[in-house]
Amino acid sequence: MTTSSLLPMLAAQLPQALRKLDPRHLWRSPVMFVVWVGSLATTVVAIADPSVFAWFIAVWLWLTVVFGNLAEAVAEGRGKAQADSLRAARSDVSARRLAADGSEVVVPGTQLAVGDRVVVEAGEVVPGDGDVVEGVASVDESAITGESAPVIREAGGDRSAVTGGTRVLSDRIVVQITAAPGETFLDRMIALVEGAERRRTPNEVALSILLTSLTIVFLIAVVTLAPMAEYAGAPQEPLVLVALLVCLIPTTIGALLSAIGIAGMDRLVRVNVLAMSGRAVEAAGDVSTLLLDKTGTITYGNRRASELLTAPGVTDDELRDVARFTSLADQTPEGRSIVDLALERGADDSDLPDGAAFVEFTAQTRMSGVDLADGRSLRKGAGSAVEAWLGTSLPAAVQVQVDEVSGAGGTPLVVAESGPDGSRALGVVHLKDVVKDGMVERFVQLRAMGIRTVMVTGDNPRTAAAIGHEAGVDEVLAEATPEDKLALIRKEQAGGRLVAMTGDGTNDAPALAAADVGVAMNSGTSAAKEAGNMVDLDSDPTKLIDVVAIGKQLLITRGALTTFSIANDVAKYFAILPAMFLAAYPALDSLNVMRLSTPESAIASAVVFNALVIVALIPIALRGVKYRPLSAEALLRRNVLVYGLGGLVVPFVGIKLIDVFVSMIPGIG
Amino acid sequence: MNDTLSGLLTIAALAGLLALVWAPLGDYMARVMTGTRHARPERALYRLVGVDPEAQQSARSYATSVLAFSAVGIVLLVAILMGQQHLPFSRDLPGMPWDMAVNTAVSFVTNTNWQSYAGESTLGFTAQMAGLAVQNFLSAAVGICVAVALVRGFLASRSGTIGNFWVDLVRVTGRILLPVAVVGAVLLLTQGVVQSFADQTITTVTGGSQVVPGGPVASQEAIKQLGTNGGGFFNANSAHPLENPTPFANLLQIFLMLLVPVALTRTFGTMIGSRRQGLTILGAMAALFTASLAVATWAETTGQGAAARAAGAAMEGKETQFGAWGSILFSTATTSTSTGAVNASHDSLTATGGGAALVNMMLGEVSPGGVGSGLYGMLVMAVVTVFVAGLMVGRTPELLGKKIGRPEITRVALYTLSVPAIVLVGIGVAIALPATNDALGNSGVHGFSEVVYAFTSAANNNGSAFGGITVTSTFFQVALAVAMLLGRFVTIALVLSLAGSLARQRPVPTTAGTLPTHTVLFGSLLVWVVLLVTGLTYLPSLALGPIAEALTNGVIS
Repeated sequence: MTTSSLLPMLAAQLPQALRKLDPRHLWRSPVMFVVWVGSLATTVVAIADPSVFAWFIAVWLWLTVVFGNLAEAVAEGRGKAQADSLRAARSDVSARRLAADGSEVVVPGTQLAVGDRVVVEAGEVVPGDGDVVEGVASVDESAITGESAPVIREAGGDRSAVTGGTRVLSDRIVVQITAAPGETFLDRMIALVEGAERRRTPNEVALSILLTSLTIVFLIAVVTLAPMAEYAGAPQEPLVLVALLVCLIPTTIGALLSAIGIAGMDRLVRVNVLAMSGRAVEAAGDVSTLLLDKTGTITYGNRRASELLTAPGVTDDELRDVARFTSLADQTPEGRSIVDLALERGADDSDLPDGAAFVEFTAQTRMSGVDLADGRSLRKGAGSAVEAWLGTSLPAAVQVQVDEVSGAGGTPLVVAESGPDGSRALGVVHLKDVVKDGMVERFVQLRAMGIRTVMVTGDNPRTAAAIGHEAGVDEVLAEATPEDKLALIRKEQAGGRLVAMTGDGTNDAPALAAADVGVAMNSGTSAAKEAGNMVDLDSDPTKLIDVVAIGKQLLITRGALTTFSIANDVAKYFAILPAMFLAAYPALDSLNVMRLSTPESAIASAVVFNALVIVALIPIALRGVKYRPLSAEALLRRNVLVYGLGGLVVPFVGIKLIDVFVSMIPGIG
Repeated sequence: MNDTLSGLLTIAALAGLLALVWAPLGDYMARVMTGTRHARPERALYRLVGVDPEAQQSARSYATSVLAFSAVGIVLLVAILMGQQHLPFSRDLPGMPWDMAVNTAVSFVTNTNWQSYAGESTLGFTAQMAGLAVQNFLSAAVGICVAVALVRGFLASRSGTIGNFWVDLVRVTGRILLPVAVVGAVLLLTQGVVQSFADQTITTVTGGSQVVPGGPVASQEAIKQLGTNGGGFFNANSAHPLENPTPFANLLQIFLMLLVPVALTRTFGTMIGSRRQGLTILGAMAALFTASLAVATWAETTGQGAAARAAGAAMEGKETQFGAWGSILFSTATTSTSTGAVNASHDSLTATGGGAALVNMMLGEVSPGGVGSGLYGMLVMAVVTVFVAGLMVGRTPELLGKKIGRPEITRVALYTLSVPAIVLVGIGVAIALPATNDALGNSGVHGFSEVVYAFTSAANNNGSAFGGITVTSTFFQVALAVAMLLGRFVTIALVLSLAGSLARQRPVPTTAGTLPTHTVLFGSLLVWVVLLVTGLTYLPSLALGPIAEALTNGVIS
């Protein structure tokens, strides 16, 4: 975010910020409430005993409160815009409710109850959340996901959930309603992005307690300073004491704390993930075990041909061309990958010869191929199937190749031909799972962050181990059933680890509910979406890793700005203390290291700095501190240097600069 | 040999001695506190008082035991002090007035040993031995028990129990404090510390005769330092030639003060299974101690003010045989360990030197602090550090495998809040009272420092006095007693409650994403947090006291 885009945003939210001056709102943040009381007190002083200095302090204390409100309002404003576009999708729809006898009654969508069955046809809007119980249709979900390509929704299986507000593009489906009006996914989404349901997260509460206790310490320190100053022969005006108090209490983080939380949720929304609670976002930062499905997350969804192994006496070209012929009409991804590999190896791009007949894969033959017009038959299939087709056992060399491919976790397809010249096995195609680009690097990063990855797959242990090794995951859960997943989560949690996982099927629901961070795919069933505490609208399981990073970023931002806020106090003391007691103890002037012009200007400058730093940090609060996947020690060193040391030094410079301007004001300088 | 060289050699010898005993004593204490076997006399004692030594206590139960035990201790001690004329060896001295008795009893039971009386002219030998010396052992033992209970809180896994106070108390007293105190007392005897049951009349050099007060001094002196108590047998405390006769005795006393607090860091490391963690805590303590010692030594030896410069050092109020180096090493040790014994008048230290002593206490007695209290105080600061720093690595904070959530930070926040609140309110009220002006030995800045020092010393359970101020008025007796009482037991209750909260948790495994807390980086952060928390709280009081005085005297000119 640039300054140029920030200023209009701040201006737009100013009315909202002023509305938040209501003490009933501020009471939730004790730090800002103290500032509010201080503003009121100084205003009273300024009215009773007017002076430029008194009014200056009073105005800037009010500004401090307004700036804090502004941060919150801006953070909320970004969500509101999104909520408005969602609301448009919720426009009143009518539903065609099916009665028990099969007749249709048209009712308003708001009158549907859980369990009602409604008919939705092409061009109509789905009136509420539910599961397809009859039919199949293509559905436009762009209102929710922003993705314009339509998706298929059908009865049964894991693609049965439809969301209210989406539009059916083709065909006719019957939907059984699963959520009451007002509690639909869309309703919850609107509430979430608006922050209406925002509850403070556990860590936010803990931090507030620390900030409140600091505020109390400073309150005591300032109140007891009054008699001390009296004794020293330098009685202090209440105005000055209030100014000191506001400068000392952690206003910076106090003002930005809720904005940081809202912005964290908002960052998730921006990557199209909806968190049902802030607690889940915080937990994401703490996750130490990631359960990732192999297919679609770690590997491309399908196995691909990666190697051609020839039998003795067969040339590479011969095997390549036969393998290509057997797959030309094969529209499965595996088949296409064999064609691709063959072309890569220099095969010509010719069609099947005339008269060739494609033989489809069946469960009985477990082979596919072509029968050529010259009487030759070409087949590819599992070793045992080809053996049965050939009528003899495979040559020893081919059998060794088959075993080797299996041993490496791949799938061997034996290519064979049979014809007038006899029949023989030509070689083996090695089909394997291909790890997605960049996954290996991501797992290395995750390990550096202290996160263990567990690959979950239905494959047999050998295949699973091979892929797991190639991708570099820490553990493999092979032949996994939903029960195994749940058991693994419980085991990790018993060891004190927090677990994150993704899931889409109804049978994933128990595991999603048990996981500390359960991201349900939007394409999944409503049971899965109900069980998880986040929903990924893009249905991209890889995003789990981004979710963890966003959780960490939220916590880092909170810690960094707290550190910055507290470190600021040192400079403020150096500005205000000499100013207060210069008259009683002239020697204290040597503490005035910033050489501020006058006592009034020193105090005023500290107050102005204290208010302006809130505005200056709003972009960081909204955007979050930059997160890099580093080890904890490296992250700490970096952030302590930037925000700790920076927090010490910056205010010395800032207050001095402000003093240059403030000291020009008559009555202060 | 010049003063600087001998001073540096003394410091080197002290550091060497501590380094030598750190591991063996620390590990021995860890064995004592974790051992499962009871000695025969211990078993007999448990049977006698009806304690089941195998029972484990919850934090609440442990805290109740500590508080009840200490309350009984205060009542008994008040009775002894007020009724001492009925006891043997009373030297025909009357009982103490009630306010002084309460102040003294609270003072010794809270391990503060603030003294508003002069020992040799107020107390008989029985009150000294059966009253004060007993509490010197027990109050020190309580501190160690609480520290160990907190460490157990980190170790426990969902048990919620943190040990058995009665077993801990008996073991600390019998197996740790008593044997070391006996050795210390014998060593002190060899240096000429008296141990008798009568005053002696001697012939002076000029032929006149003089009564020299005697008493069981050596036996009390050893535990006074070992238990970081600090209450002197004589009014002059360790500046008295019969309490602290030689430079070697002086070094030995400093060694004894630092011994247990320093070695407990090793005990902690050994118990949690990470000795580097113990070393990190010790490193933070040592950094604070060394910095303070350096500043104070610089101030005292370069001499502030014309008279001191002419004399070569600020020697007012110092014992010449210890010199500036021996005095300032003692004053740094005594204020850094919550001991409060003195071998020089702190009122006469330069403004900077006196300010350094004050800051040592304001740090919350963590460099290395009192027996036990130093360790738990520093661990509480480590929790604060990890809470803020831990967020900066992108996880909710954890220390030694335990999450620092709402219950933990609440207790820690109240802990860091309580002592400064007591000190500041005490100073504020005292300085606002017109009567206080008459109690001050000096007017202006120095008088203010005297009040600040008194409440800082009491609430942090140090017990050393700046001097100058007269604290025998009922207001000061009661106000300081309240400060000592709250400063000790509010913090102990919070620490034990924290231990219980930690003990109820299941430990979180350490990963590469966990903030490492046994590194130089974390140790430095810990030092910064301690300095920042102290500085932000006390800077106004310091500015109006020692800082204003030092700057006015021209420290930086």
